[in-house]
Amino acid sequence: MAENNYTPKDFKSDQEIRWCPGCGDHGIINSIQKALAELGHPRESWAIISGIGCSSRLPYYMNCYGFHTIHGRAAAIAAGAKSANPALNVLQISGDGDALAIGGNHFIHAIRRNIDITMLVFNNEIYGLTKGQYSPTTKLGTKTKTSPYGTIEMPFNPGELVIGAQGKFFARSIDTSVNLTADVIKEAARHHGTAVVEILQNCVIFADGVHAAITDKEHKEDRQLILRHGQPMLFGKNKEKGLVVDRNGMLRVVETGKHGVTIDDILVHDARSENPSMHWMLVHMKAPDFPVALGVIRDVEGHTYNDALEAQITAVKATSPLHSVDDLLNSGETWEVK
Amino acid sequence: MNNDTKVIERKEVVIRFSGDSGDGMQLTGQQFSDAAALFGNEVSTFPDYPAEIRAPQGTVGGVSGFQVHFGDNPVKTPGDFADVLVAMNPAALKANLRWIKKGATIIVNNDAFNAKNIEKAGYSENPLADPAMQDYNLVPVPITTLTGEALKESGLDQKTIVKCKNMFALGMTLWMFDRTLEHTEALLNQKFGKKLDLAAANRKVLQAGYNHAGNVHALAVHFDVKHATIEKGRYRTITGNKATAWGLIAAAEKAGLPLFCGSYPITPATDILQELAIHRELGVKTYQAEDEIAGICTSIGASYAGSLAVTTTSGPGLALKSEAIGLAVMAELPLVIVDVQRGGPSTGLPTKTEQSDLLQALHGRNGESPLPVIAAGTPGDCFHAAFRAAKIAIEHMTPVILLTDGFLGNGAQSWKIPAMKDLPPITPRVAREGDDYKPYARDPETLARTWALPGTKGLEHRVGGLEKVNITGEISYVPENHQLMTDLRQEKIARVARYIPEQQLFGDPSGKLLLVGWGGTHGHLYTAVEELRAEGHPVSLAHFTYINPLPANTGEIFARFDNILVCELNLGQFALHLRGAYPRFNYLQYNKVAGLPFTVTELKEKIIEIITK
Repeated sequence: MAENNYTPKDFKSDQEIRWCPGCGDHGIINSIQKALAELGHPRESWAIISGIGCSSRLPYYMNCYGFHTIHGRAAAIAAGAKSANPALNVLQISGDGDALAIGGNHFIHAIRRNIDITMLVFNNEIYGLTKGQYSPTTKLGTKTKTSPYGTIEMPFNPGELVIGAQGKFFARSIDTSVNLTADVIKEAARHHGTAVVEILQNCVIFADGVHAAITDKEHKEDRQLILRHGQPMLFGKNKEKGLVVDRNGMLRVVETGKHGVTIDDILVHDARSENPSMHWMLVHMKAPDFPVALGVIRDVEGHTYNDALEAQITAVKATSPLHSVDDLLNSGETWEVK
Repeated sequence: MNNDTKVIERKEVVIRFSGDSGDGMQLTGQQFSDAAALFGNEVSTFPDYPAEIRAPQGTVGGVSGFQVHFGDNPVKTPGDFADVLVAMNPAALKANLRWIKKGATIIVNNDAFNAKNIEKAGYSENPLADPAMQDYNLVPVPITTLTGEALKESGLDQKTIVKCKNMFALGMTLWMFDRTLEHTEALLNQKFGKKLDLAAANRKVLQAGYNHAGNVHALAVHFDVKHATIEKGRYRTITGNKATAWGLIAAAEKAGLPLFCGSYPITPATDILQELAIHRELGVKTYQAEDEIAGICTSIGASYAGSLAVTTTSGPGLALKSEAIGLAVMAELPLVIVDVQRGGPSTGLPTKTEQSDLLQALHGRNGESPLPVIAAGTPGDCFHAAFRAAKIAIEHMTPVILLTDGFLGNGAQSWKIPAMKDLPPITPRVAREGDDYKPYARDPETLARTWALPGTKGLEHRVGGLEKVNITGEISYVPENHQLMTDLRQEKIARVARYIPEQQLFGDPSGKLLLVGWGGTHGHLYTAVEELRAEGHPVSLAHFTYINPLPANTGEIFARFDNILVCELNLGQFALHLRGAYPRFNYLQYNKVAGLPFTVTELKEKIIEIITK
């Protein structure tokens, strides 16, 4: 049950949105406003904290508490805000450069600590606001303004960083799937601990079509596997395709009804498995051999930094003889001068 | 005390303990200092140690020293030159001889003066045989052997026994000054806890050293340093770093705000984070971040969320925090940045002191990015400076840089314990539900904006690093607005001068020479001026705590003196700042960049040279 009867409009600020026409960010902000309205937490409980880049302008367009900070540091600022006031709902917005290049250190350490914040990474595989340089997620060989002959470095897959940093929650969506994006954001916000959502986003100006192979209407059913916890991993126009594990322990795409494969052979998604091996394989799936995994890939509850911090304060307070600064100042060895 | 013992009354004494960095000299010096303080002396201490945890044994580079100055009068510095030196090996003797008074008593562990150690220290012959040593009261004591004898029935292994030898030296010095062993015995019991054999062994060696000193003819000098006659009240010893931590905790309590410290370990500032980390019972949240940048950024997040937020660092860390400080300037959020300065540039001299970062603190950011800068003057003053930094940050909605240094941070002094009720109030400018809130609307007097904390219904708003329209806080690139906001941010900091005390003057209100200093050199400059005045020289001191903005009466004070001599432990950073603020005066400079504090002696020489010109 929602605490408040909000509509997405309640989360729109009075500021004119300045993203380019056709930018994927328009779809994403609709999803966020939908998700926040449906979650129903008091509007004032949301602190939306962003770094630098096109996506990081988002807080200005949300009618919540918002803080547009500096390049790469949003995760650290969000971590501090949540640690200071655990009653806040902290939503952190970054692009692929902000989160994974300049902010990579803060990204992995926020996840390692499992601070209860929701991190959205808008991944368009390019630096948009600086007008078209390659990012840490740009596919190998892509020509950009700073790689006129093609990039010569391997890209990061955000999900592998999340799992490598002991992440407990990872979901993936696409800007064009407004409902799916809203759903995974809601799941991420409900998750207790750092929840990372990678949103594949199209930059219409500098990297138009980087995700077209997945979003293209003709093929999207065959190229998107939308995972739901407890449901078989099926995809395709008629949900005729599915995933199995072969005898080498590797994922393989099969078709039900062919070669004796039945629905019972298809893997059932377990997002709550502590062991991340299957989640790792799902995160890595890519065309042409596999569909791209979307939805909540990993969702495991665990010890959070902010809860442990509060608990420690309570525990130490219960046993300490010091209750005030005057007690502190006069503690230990002191002497009187008469 | 044997019959030959001569008792010499002294107003003050300086004693220096030195040995290998693994010899336990810091503990020994601290124990001696505590014993003197508990007796009722004023104390000031100066630890001087290498950056390496265990530097090559026996070398001059590996020598760790701890100097204690104690007396029956307000002692303001750890003392230039020692009356007593304890040297546990030849390297310690070599490193410290230049800091010893002629005629001083030198206790050496002559067991350590073997051929190997003598060579390692860079001596060609045994220095104890050098005729130059006749200038001193040399007391060779086989400390290692005597420690072994004291513990021969203890059942402990040889290595453990040798480790107890610092207690022998401590016992001897406590005897020399007629201080009791009680405090050290209690500490040893506490330190070794359940290891009863180790506690007993150390106590035994301490007592053996004490007894031995009484039987050594050469130690027939017994100093009598009376209780200090100082202001009445309850006292304790405190280091600058601990005082800084406590000042921040006090400010949070006074302001009614939770304290949050995001930080990253760096010498010599780490002690502040460590001290704050202890005090969960007072609600203190510490966050050991992944790097310096995350240290300040978590604090900015905490400030945004409504905490008294602080971050602690030293020079290299301040450089890394620059961009984030600019964000706090732009977002106009309260934040205290503590910089415990050390020798620079780059990694520089991590364990040595220097007034290295004044210009970095004032100017080390992109854009017009003004903020208040405050500098603590003594270890105990770190408490009050930290409190004042927090008060300004909260009441003026601005980041504030508090400068201390390695000398203040690690140094300790006797300190009169303040009462919370005597500290000034701190009033956060927090907006309440129902207020007509505008993020950049300002107090007409201070120009401070109001803090609307996330979670407060109806005050949802956006802030950030982009330039904002005055009052409403919308993004704006309008030229006139940027000029206005730049001017407002500048004026807001300039107006802090209305809320800080006037600059104080020590000495005559006018005259031939005004000595000017700032921050951690207070004790040395004050002592130099005090001594010169007692000798009849016309010299006064203006020692600054408030660096930016400067106190409003600064120019008026400067105008009353024929000469102004700015003394600082850098190449003239404060002098440059003063030339910008008050260009009409001529500033003479006395600068030292040696990783060490001034000595009172060198200051006096320089001052006399100017006065007699």
